[in-house]
Amino acid sequence: MAENEERLRRTMMFVPGNNPAMVKDAGIYGADSIMFDLEDSVSLPEKDAARLLVYEALQTQDYGDAELVVRVNGQDTPFYDNDVKAMVKAGIDVIRLPKAESPEMVEKLEADIAAAEKEFGREAGSTHLMAAIESAKGVLRAADIAAASDRMIGIALSAEDYTTDMKTHRYPDGRELEFARNMVLHAARAAGVAAFDTVFTNMDDTEGFYRETEYIHQLGFDGKSLVNPRQIPMVNKVYEPTEAEIKNAKNVINAIQEAKLKGSGVISMNGQMVDRPVVLRAQRVMKLATASHLVDEEGNYLEK
Amino acid sequence: MEIKKTAIAGTLESSDIQLTISRADSGITIDLQSDVKKVFGDQIEAVIKETLKSLDVTAAKVKAVDKGALDCVIKARTVAAVQRAAETTDTPAWEVL
Repeated sequence: MAENEERLRRTMMFVPGNNPAMVKDAGIYGADSIMFDLEDSVSLPEKDAARLLVYEALQTQDYGDAELVVRVNGQDTPFYDNDVKAMVKAGIDVIRLPKAESPEMVEKLEADIAAAEKEFGREAGSTHLMAAIESAKGVLRAADIAAASDRMIGIALSAEDYTTDMKTHRYPDGRELEFARNMVLHAARAAGVAAFDTVFTNMDDTEGFYRETEYIHQLGFDGKSLVNPRQIPMVNKVYEPTEAEIKNAKNVINAIQEAKLKGSGVISMNGQMVDRPVVLRAQRVMKLATASHLVDEEGNYLEK
Repeated sequence: MEIKKTAIAGTLESSDIQLTISRADSGITIDLQSDVKKVFGDQIEAVIKETLKSLDVTAAKVKAVDKGALDCVIKARTVAAVQRAAETTDTPAWEVL
C-alpha cells in the first residue's frame, strides 16, 4: 500500500479527458480527487488528442490540493503503453487501471510505471496506482488485486460493467451490488488501501443519491466516484461528522495527549477505555471536520 | 517533422481550438479565426509557431478556429494535429512534450 493511506478521499470526480472546458475547470469544485479519463469517455479516434490534452493541462493548470488520477486505457488496447508513459512523464499522482481482473495485471502496470519513471527521470516510486473492479472475475480476486503492489492507493467498484457482466442492471436499491461492494471494501481494508464506491448517474434522483451515499458511508467506503460536480457537496455532507462526534473526538485526542504527558499508556474517558481503534476513529473524525470547515485550528467545534 | 497529409485536431466547442494542418512547400502560414483575435491573436499564433518549431516542422499551412482555448489546449491540439499529419501518433515525440 502507498504511504498516504489517511488522505481523505470522499469524492473522486470523473473528467472526460478530451473536453478542454471540463479539464480546465476541474479544480474549482473542491473534489478530493480528480480523475481525468482517457478510457470510456473518449472515442477511439480521439485517444491521442485526449492524452496530449490531459498531459498539457497537468503541466500548466493548478488543481490545488486535489489528488490527480488518470484512468488509462486497458492493457488489451493499443493506447495503454503511451497513456502510461505520458502520464508518468506528466507527474500524475495516481494511474487507475480499468477492468482489473488479476494481480498480474497490477504487477504489469507497476512494472510499466517503474520503467517510465526511469525513462523520464521521475523519482522511483512517485507514481501511485489504483485498480477498478468491473467484473465477476475482478470481484472474486479483489483481495489479491488490492494487495498486489506497494504503490496501490485504492480499489474502486465500477458498477456499470459489473452489472452487465452479472447479467443484471442497476436497480434503485442497489441490492445487485451488495456482494461486490462488500468484497471490494473488505479487500481494500485488508490491504490497507482506500475503497471507492461506484458512480450514481441519475442526476434527477437526489433522494436516491443521498440514500446510496449514506449506505456506502455506513458500510465504510472512503468515498464515491462522481460524474457531476453538483454531487461533491452532497457526498461531503453525508461524510460530515456531527457536533457530538467532533466534541467526543476532540476529548479523545486531548485525553491521549494528556496521558502521553503523564507517561501512561492506556487511558479511560467517561468510564470507557480509549484504545487504538478509538483514537484512529477520533483522528479521522477530526480530519473530516477540518475538511468540512466545522472546527477551528485547535480543533474546537465552530457553531454554525 | 514532415507533414505528409492534411490532419485535424480539436473541436469547435467552447474552450477548444480546431487546427487543420496541411502540406506546404516552405514556411509556416497561419490562418486564425477567433472572437478574441484582436486581443489574443498574436499570442495564439505565437503558441502554435513555437510548438511547430519544437516539433521541427518548417513547412506547413495551418488553419485555426479558436473558441477561447488556453495556451495548454492550443499546444496539445497543435501537437495532436502535427502527429496525425506526420503519421507519428503511435510514437509520440516525448522529448518535445
